[in-house]
Amino acid sequence: MDAQIEPFISLQNVKKIYGSGTNQHLAVSDVTLDINAGELISIVGPSGCGKSTVLMILAGLISHEDGQVLIGNTDNPFDANRDIGMVFQQDLLLKWRTVIDNILLPAELLGLPVKESRERALDLINLVGLDGYEDKYPKQLSGGQRQRVSIARSLIHDPKLILMDEPFGALDALTREKMNLELLRIWEKSQKTILFVTHGISEAVLLGSRVAVLTAGPARMAANIPIELPYPRTLEMKTHEEFGKYCREIYDLLGMA
Amino acid sequence: MSQASTNPGISQEGSDVPTAPPPQNFVKKYSGPIAVQIACIALWQLISTTGGLPSYILPSPIETLATLADGSNDWFNNTMVTTVEIFGGFILAVIVGVAIALFFSWSTRLFTLFMPLLVALNMVPKVALGPIIIVWFSYGIFTNTLIAFAICFFPIVITTARGLREIEPELLYLSRTLKASKWQIFTKIQFPGSLPYLFSGMKVSAVLAVAGAIVGEFIGSERGLGYLMLQVQINLDTATMFMAVLMITLVGVILYGAVAFLEFILVKRGGQA
Ligand SMILES: Nc1ncnc2c1ncn2[C@@H]1O[C@H](COP(=O)(O)OP(=O)(O)OP(=O)(O)O)[C@@H](O)[C@H]1O
Ligand SMILES: [Mg+2]
Repeated sequence: MDAQIEPFISLQNVKKIYGSGTNQHLAVSDVTLDINAGELISIVGPSGCGKSTVLMILAGLISHEDGQVLIGNTDNPFDANRDIGMVFQQDLLLKWRTVIDNILLPAELLGLPVKESRERALDLINLVGLDGYEDKYPKQLSGGQRQRVSIARSLIHDPKLILMDEPFGALDALTREKMNLELLRIWEKSQKTILFVTHGISEAVLLGSRVAVLTAGPARMAANIPIELPYPRTLEMKTHEEFGKYCREIYDLLGMA
Repeated sequence: MSQASTNPGISQEGSDVPTAPPPQNFVKKYSGPIAVQIACIALWQLISTTGGLPSYILPSPIETLATLADGSNDWFNNTMVTTVEIFGGFILAVIVGVAIALFFSWSTRLFTLFMPLLVALNMVPKVALGPIIIVWFSYGIFTNTLIAFAICFFPIVITTARGLREIEPELLYLSRTLKASKWQIFTKIQFPGSLPYLFSGMKVSAVLAVAGAIVGEFIGSERGLGYLMLQVQINLDTATMFMAVLMITLVGVILYGAVAFLEFILVKRGGQA
């Protein structure tokens, strides 16, 4: 990493304790991580280690105890009120809204101009490969298609930061790989900073310019591994020797080798 | 952006979309059930005419329908009274029930404080309250409306209150990152999401409202189809009683149908299961 670049996100010794009094639970003990604007960072770690907690802190949804969380730099000022897009494992689509109206939900909540938002929504429908599906209802879509809609929804208000919490965790293996390629393509086109939480080590390596490895809870940064595979990445890269080496390194760090 | 369709990774998935089922042939779909019902009526006619049963035990369908011509039954007014009681009690229950459910949804505190009370009150056999309500309000259309209300109010509050609370926490997080107001969350997410629950409560209540109004008329009244049944019972005019039951059923079916129609317009047509 170039030390000169002012990071877009800077997490310094972040710590999080849930509960109070005798019922305290240390969920995150010490996370330090810098992320540049436009980077796609994968975060892996065992279940319950505090990955979602880190995302929630970044989203400003929960407080943290110690340390510092800074988002935004001089080139990319960050407005906490509208610069966050979120994608979860469940698509969270509203059953009574069509694809386009689901995508428009954040724009409505923010009170963005209707006409421009609709045009943007149609562009995003095209971007996520759902042309012609704008008036379908969620129940008419497959799981992968629904997750595409929720990715489009996370982009509608043009946020600078996208937080993804195991977005493809509920998909079958084939659809998941397809969605990985999709996400890479969407990321390259949209130039967003993306934090991608996953349990899948090869998914983390395939997507991330870096992989942040958290160890079993309370979350502690075990490593921050730059993945020096060129973009655009392909599924074929998974068979490369280098790819395997990265995966093995992460398995080692997680004590699973 | 036009690249999307040329990317082999995505264009394929379009093909596995579940397509809408072909519109069911109306005749094919309903002719069976209708035939079964007509057969039942035919069987009723057959048994009542050839089974050797006296007509005060089992009047035939034709005898039953014939009672409609008997002016002393005053079908129109009696049916109107019962209809007003049923619809009045039901609509009142929807208004009050939804209002109270909304009140609960505004605060978890209120919900946890009052929900157990409502669940307990729901266990009270409302029909048993009839005589008490009559003592309080004397008998009449208003009292029977109240009895119908009392019996169909609870399913509506309880299901609607549940529905308003059924919101995925992640959806709330998402809304909160966009600084959505409580009102926005309510109107855009919570309330539309609770409609299927409200309608399931309303369907249960539509059936109960009919029972409530009739019980009210049985306990004390001077008009209505329930009252008419008690009057003709004295003369063992079973055919008129049968006809009264049919009329009550008809009113119930109309109410239920109206609810189901509204549900179709507001919920089912809009993609909700
Ligand atoms: N609201 C809460 N109150 C108390 N403890 C919590 C709360 N949320 C999470 N925790 C605890 O904090 C720890 C970290 O939780 P978190 O959800 O961040 O893990 P995770 O890494 O996202 O797990 P997974 O991979 O299974 O999603 C867990 O031990 C969890 O039980
Ligand atoms: Mg998690």
